[in-house]
Amino acid sequence: MIPLSWYLILSAALVCVGVFGVISRRNAIAMLLGVELILNAVNINLLAFWRYKDVSHVTGQVFTIMVITAAAAEVAVGLAIFIAVYRNKRTIAAEDVADLKG
Amino acid sequence: MILDQVIFLITALVIIIAAILVVSVPKMIHAALWLILALAGIAVLFVLLQASFFAVVQVIVYIGAIAVLVIFAVMLTRKAMQDDGPQLNRYSVLAAAVCLMLFVVLTGMLLSWDGASSLPVNPAVHPDTIINLGESLTNPQGYLLPFEVASILLLAALVGAIFIGREHRAGKEEE
Amino acid sequence: MAAETLLWLIPLPPLAAFILITLVTGKKKALSHSLAIVGAGSSWLMSLFVFIKAVTRPNLAENPMAASINWLPTGETALRIGVQLDNLSAVVLFFVAWTILMIFIYSVGYHNYGHPAGERDVPGLPPHGADVKDVHGHTHRVPSVEPMYARFFGFLSLFAFAMYLLVVCDNLLLLYTGWEIMGLCSYLLIGFWYGKDSAKKAAMKAFMTTRIGDVFMLLGIVFLYTQAGTLNYREIFGNAALMHALAVNPAGFLGLSQAGAIGLLLFIGTIGKSAQFPLHVWLPDAMEGPTPVSAMIHAATMVSAGVYLAIRIFPLLTAGWEPGDVGTPAMIVVGAVGAFTALFAATIAVAQNDIKRVLAYSTISQLGYMIAAIGVGAYTAAIFHLVTHAFFKALLFLGSGSVIHGVEHGVMHSGEHVDPQDMLNMGGLRKKMPVTFWTFLIGGLALSGFPVITAGFWSKDEILSGAFHSGQIVIFVTLALAALLTAFYTMRQITLTFLGQPRTEAARHAQETPWTMTLPLLILSIFAVAAGWSGIPEHFPLIGGWLPNWFEHFTGAMLGHEGEAPAFSAVPLLVSVIVSLAGLTLGWLVYRGVKIAVDPLKKTLGRLHGLLQHKYYFDELYTFLFIKPAIWVSEVFTSRWMDRVVIDGILHAIARAFLWLGKLVRQGFDVPVVNAGGDAIASGFKKGGAALQPMQSGRVQQYMVVMITVVMVFTAILLAILKLV
Repeated sequence: MIPLSWYLILSAALVCVGVFGVISRRNAIAMLLGVELILNAVNINLLAFWRYKDVSHVTGQVFTIMVITAAAAEVAVGLAIFIAVYRNKRTIAAEDVADLKG
Repeated sequence: MILDQVIFLITALVIIIAAILVVSVPKMIHAALWLILALAGIAVLFVLLQASFFAVVQVIVYIGAIAVLVIFAVMLTRKAMQDDGPQLNRYSVLAAAVCLMLFVVLTGMLLSWDGASSLPVNPAVHPDTIINLGESLTNPQGYLLPFEVASILLLAALVGAIFIGREHRAGKEEE
Repeated sequence: MAAETLLWLIPLPPLAAFILITLVTGKKKALSHSLAIVGAGSSWLMSLFVFIKAVTRPNLAENPMAASINWLPTGETALRIGVQLDNLSAVVLFFVAWTILMIFIYSVGYHNYGHPAGERDVPGLPPHGADVKDVHGHTHRVPSVEPMYARFFGFLSLFAFAMYLLVVCDNLLLLYTGWEIMGLCSYLLIGFWYGKDSAKKAAMKAFMTTRIGDVFMLLGIVFLYTQAGTLNYREIFGNAALMHALAVNPAGFLGLSQAGAIGLLLFIGTIGKSAQFPLHVWLPDAMEGPTPVSAMIHAATMVSAGVYLAIRIFPLLTAGWEPGDVGTPAMIVVGAVGAFTALFAATIAVAQNDIKRVLAYSTISQLGYMIAAIGVGAYTAAIFHLVTHAFFKALLFLGSGSVIHGVEHGVMHSGEHVDPQDMLNMGGLRKKMPVTFWTFLIGGLALSGFPVITAGFWSKDEILSGAFHSGQIVIFVTLALAALLTAFYTMRQITLTFLGQPRTEAARHAQETPWTMTLPLLILSIFAVAAGWSGIPEHFPLIGGWLPNWFEHFTGAMLGHEGEAPAFSAVPLLVSVIVSLAGLTLGWLVYRGVKIAVDPLKKTLGRLHGLLQHKYYFDELYTFLFIKPAIWVSEVFTSRWMDRVVIDGILHAIARAFLWLGKLVRQGFDVPVVNAGGDAIASGFKKGGAALQPMQSGRVQQYMVVMITVVMVFTAILLAILKLV
C-alpha cells in the first residue's frame, strides 16, 4: 500500500523543480515548461487526495479537469505572446523583456 | 502491495529525473522531449491512482497537444534559440537554494500532518468513475457552470492566441 | 435796530469782502474793489450811525452800549466775549471808519485801475508801466495796473476787519485776536510785492519785531486774568475794589505792584505795535509796502491800536496815582519811553531823503508823544492827539503816495531813471500838482502844530500843557524839542518837494493824480483842520469858551471824573506856538534855495548827519546782537549738529543694527537650518528612491525569486511561531 505522503512528497518535489525552472531559465519557453511541471504536480496532488479520501466525491476530478483546461489555454496564449514578443524584440530571453523597468 | 510501491518508486524516479532534465538541458528540443517523458510518467501515476480517465486525458491533451505545441514553438523560434551560451540566469543559485528550502518546508509540513500516512480507502462498490464524472459535469446542480466557463475560457484563449500571434502589417487591412 | 446789534455787525462786511474776494472773485478787478469798498462803506455807515447814537446817549461811560455772550465755559462761570461802545471806543471808531474808507477809495486810483496791463509786469513786483499808442500814433508810456489788484483789496479788507474787531470788542482776548490778525495783515501787505527782496525782509522784520512785543503782552493778559478772573474792560477797570487790590499787592519782581507789572507787560505790546524805542526798527522798513498800506498801518489802524491799548489800560498804569503826585513806576517808564522815542525819531527824520521815510519816523515820533502823554497822566490829551494824528498822518501818507505817482508819471514821460521817492529829485511840484500840494500843506501844518487853524495844534498843545502841569519838566523839554524838530523836518519836506524849482526832468513832467486819489485827500484835509476844534480848552485866551470843549468832557467821563482841568498857564501855550513857528521858518529858510540834489544840512552837521541818516546804526546793532546768533543756532547748532549728526546718526545706527541682525538670522538660521533642512528632506527622498529603484528591474523572474524568498521567510517565521505556540 502506498501511503498518501509519497504522492504528496513527489508532488512537492515536482513543484520545486518547476519553480526552479520558471525562475532560473533564460529561455521564455523553458519557463513555460516549468509552469507545466508545476501544474502537473498540482494534478497529482488533487487526484491523490481524491483517491485517498472519498472516491465517490467527484470534486477532485472536476478540479483536475479545470486545471488541465487552464493549462492548455495558458500554453496556447503564452506561446502566442512569446511569438509576438520575439517579433518585436528579436529575442526570447526573459531577461531582455524589461520594459517596465522603474 | 509491494508491487505498487515498486512501480510507484520507479515511476517517481523517472518523473523527477525527467523534470530535472527539463529545467537543465541547454537545447530546448531536448527539454521538450524530456517534458514528454515526465508527462508520460505522470500518466502512469494516474493509472496507479485508478484515475484512468485522467491518464488518457494526460496523454491526449498534455502530451499530444501541449507538448506538441511547445515543440512547434521551439521549432518556430529556432533562430533565436540561444542554445549556446548560459541557459541559467543570474538568480539560479539563489533560486536553487530557495527551491530546496521550499521542498524541505513543504515536506516537513506534510510529514507533520498525521493524515499523510493514510492509506487508500477501497470503496465497497467499485465506482463508475467516468459515468459519475460525466453526470456531474452536466448537472446544473453539479459542475455544469464550471464546465461551461471552462469552455469559454478555451474560446477566449483560442481567439486571443490567434489575435496575438498573427502578423500585424502596417496599415492593418484585415480587422 | 438796536445799536448793540449793529455793533456786532460792524466788523463783518470787510470780513465778508475778504472771504468773497479770496474764494469767489478770482482776479476780477472791478468786482474785487467794489466788494471791498462796499464792505468798508457799510462798516463806515454803521460806525457813524452808532457813533451818533453813542454821543447822544447820556452817561455813556457808566452804561456803555454792550452785548456779550458766554463763550468759554470755565467751571461754573464762563468767559464772556462781546462788543462794547464807550466814550473811548466811540471816538476811535469814528476816525477808524473815516480813514479806512478814504484809504480804500484811494487804493483804486493808486493801483492804476483802468490802465492797461504792462507787458513786463509780473505778479510779485511793482508794475513798470505800459506802452500805449494814442490817436496820432505816438507811443506813450503810462502807468500800468497792478497785477495783484484783487489780492490787495482782499488783504486790505481783512486788515479793516481786524481793526474794527479790535475797536468794538469789550475784552482783552478779542483785542489780542484783532491785534494778531493785524500783525498777519501787516506781514502780508508789507511784503505785498513779494518779488522784491527788500519787501520780503521788511515783512519778516515787521512781523518778528511786533511779535516780540506780543509775547510780553500775552504774559500780561494771562497775569491779569489770574488776578481778575475776567478780561472784560468794565469788569476790570470799573471794579474799584479790584483796581485797589491790584495797585496795592506786589507783583513779586522789580518792586512793582501787580497793576504796574501788568501794565508794563501790556505796554511792551504797545512798544512793539506802535514802534516805540527799542522796537521801532520795523516801521521805516515797512515803507516797502504800497502807500495805502503805509497809510493804513501807520496812521489809521495798526499803530493806533497800540496806543489804544495803552489808553485802555490807563487805570492799570495809573493805579494808585492822583493828579499832582509823582507818577507810578509804570507811568515813569511809559513817559520816558514815549518822550525819548519822540525826540529820537525826530532827529532821524531830519536826515532822511525818502519822502515816505520821513513820514515813517514822524509817525514814530508822534506816537511817542501820545505815549508820553499817558505817562504823565494826560488822558484826554493822548486820545485827542491819537484822533487828530490819524487824520493828518493818513492825509500826509496818501499825499506822499500821490506825489510819488505824479513823479513816476514824470519819470515815464521823460525817460529818466531817478528814484521817484527821493525828495532831492523833486521840487516845484506845487504848480504841477496843486490839489496834492494844498492838502499836503494842510497836513504838514497840522503835524507841525501850526496855531489855531490846524487840528494838530490843539492836540499837541494839550499834551505839552499836560506835561508841564504834571511837573515832569524833563519830559516837557524833550517834547518841546521834538516839536521843534517836527516842524523843521516837515517844512523841509514841503519845501524840497513842492516849493522852488524842479530839480529833475521827471519833476518837470509830473502830473496831478486822478480824482480817486485826490478826493480822499480833500476829505481828510477837512478833518485835519476841523477835528481840532472839538477840543478847544475853555481857558484858552480869546477863543476859549466859544465852543464847548466837547472832546474833553466826552472822553474825560471815562475816568469817572471831570477830566484834568489844570490851572491855565501860558508857558506851554507860548512854547508850543514858538516852537512850531520857529521850526517851520527854519525849515523853509534852510531848504528854499536847494537847486541840486544835495542836502545842505550834510555840510553843516558833517558826521552827525551820517549817523542820523543811518538811523544811529540800530539795525546793524540788532543784526549783530540778535539776528546773527539766531541764524547760527538754527543753521549750525540745530540743523548741522543736532539734526544731521545726532538724530540722523541715531537713526542710521538703528538701521545698521537691524540690518546686521537680519543678516545674522539669515546666515545663521535661515540658510543652514531651514534651507538645508528642506533640501535634505528632498534629497533624502530622492536618494531613497534611487536606492530602491533597482528593485523594479522589469524582469519577471527577479520578481518571482524575491516573492518566493519572502514567502519562504515568512512561512518559516510563521512555523516557528506556531511550533513554539
